Amino acid sequence: MELNFEHHQTAHCENGVASNLLLNKGLKLSEPMIFGIGSGLFFVYLPFLKVNFAPGFSYRPMPGAIFSKAAKRLGIKIKREKFSNPKEAQLALERNLEKNIPTGLQVGVFNLTYFPEEYKFHFNAHNLVVYGKENGKFLISDPVMDYTTSLSEEELEKVRYAKGALPPKGHMYYPTYIPEHVNLEEAIKKGIKDTCKNMLAPVPIIGVRAMRWVARNIPKWAEKKGTKVTNHYLGQLIRMQEEIGTGGGGFRFIYGAFLQEAAVILKNDELKELSKEITAIGDLWRDFAVDIARVYKNRNSKSNIYNELSKSMLHIADLEEAFYKKLRKAI
Amino acid sequence: MKKQDLPQDESNLKSANMTEVLYVTDENNNYTTANSIGWEAKKAALEESLALINERIEEAKQNVANNIVSPIIYFMELNKMDIPVLAAYVGMWQWRVKRHAKPKIFKTLSDSALKKYADAFGISVDELKNFDGK
Repeated sequence: MELNFEHHQTAHCENGVASNLLLNKGLKLSEPMIFGIGSGLFFVYLPFLKVNFAPGFSYRPMPGAIFSKAAKRLGIKIKREKFSNPKEAQLALERNLEKNIPTGLQVGVFNLTYFPEEYKFHFNAHNLVVYGKENGKFLISDPVMDYTTSLSEEELEKVRYAKGALPPKGHMYYPTYIPEHVNLEEAIKKGIKDTCKNMLAPVPIIGVRAMRWVARNIPKWAEKKGTKVTNHYLGQLIRMQEEIGTGGGGFRFIYGAFLQEAAVILKNDELKELSKEITAIGDLWRDFAVDIARVYKNRNSKSNIYNELSKSMLHIADLEEAFYKKLRKAI
Repeated sequence: MKKQDLPQDESNLKSANMTEVLYVTDENNNYTTANSIGWEAKKAALEESLALINERIEEAKQNVANNIVSPIIYFMELNKMDIPVLAAYVGMWQWRVKRHAKPKIFKTLSDSALKKYADAFGISVDELKNFDGK
């Protein structure tokens, strides 16, 4: 059985699943709209939590937060279920398919057979949609893929029951109610306000202040832990920044696209200017990634190189702070 | 980023016949999407991380050969796991997994305990038991 479901490739898995599932229910919202309303821009620094042998950085909120926030602000209801028994999880999914409900799943990446080998890490907050079952195989719409794929029962169970940090535990979700009239204006404003609040939060581990903390730590790592460890930490920073589904520069561009759409809906030209501003900041994030890549490619050990990287990141943090302050005033 | 500036550097995405979507601006500064086959800066970060993993695998192999750690550590590294992830997969406390990483203790493990590890690594109990790092 194959449900009528349109697959659209997106930049980020969670927005993508959300946007594709809502479109299926007749609500057409672009990926940037979901991202903006769901306050997808974020930054958190957890220096004591080691991930992949480096401190924890993240450019995104907790998995699931974007869709949950967007749904709440749009008045949409989502049903979320987890199962302790994998067999029960599969039956529930199959029941959904029989009821003609394309269903979102949280999965681990490590055992996703169709992913390139190099991308298979123990990361458990990836999202995809199951939209049918044919010849014993589940039909998969993974929003970061160009094309749809399929997974056998066993393969799907493996990724739904991946272990480690943030285990999915068979987590499945789907919209159950969509209001006839969505108040887009209000939702956009709420999304923007929340983003500004988070990024300007007066705590050192979140938002602009967390970026500054990371930036100031770069030269300290070099001094205390040596070049090799520092380069690995910086590599982790880029991977978190630009890998599929996370994002520094990439996320700024999605936000730019969101502000551009929002400017039209709210009839607010200032947002259009701010869209250009965040685009320029996104370009700087990408330049920053290139500079880091150059450091370990050329084994560049110029002693002040880490100070320079630190300065560029502090500069970006300053620009972002100014941006969110203006954005807060603009709505 | 302007659409024409979007990097097209061949990357690991190619093996899965994938591209990625990015939001870029067109000649009128309006946002649109475009696909990219990869970007040098990301590729370098990924390669760095994989090189580190390979180094750890190689080191674990040596340590098994020299009887410093049990094969559990080698297969853990090979599967890009660490102790917390492995402990979650085998359903044991971390201190028990760490204990099983000692060659002496490993030799005393029952087949049912070994099977839990073998399943987590996707290998047979014999493969796990007989790995000597040489």
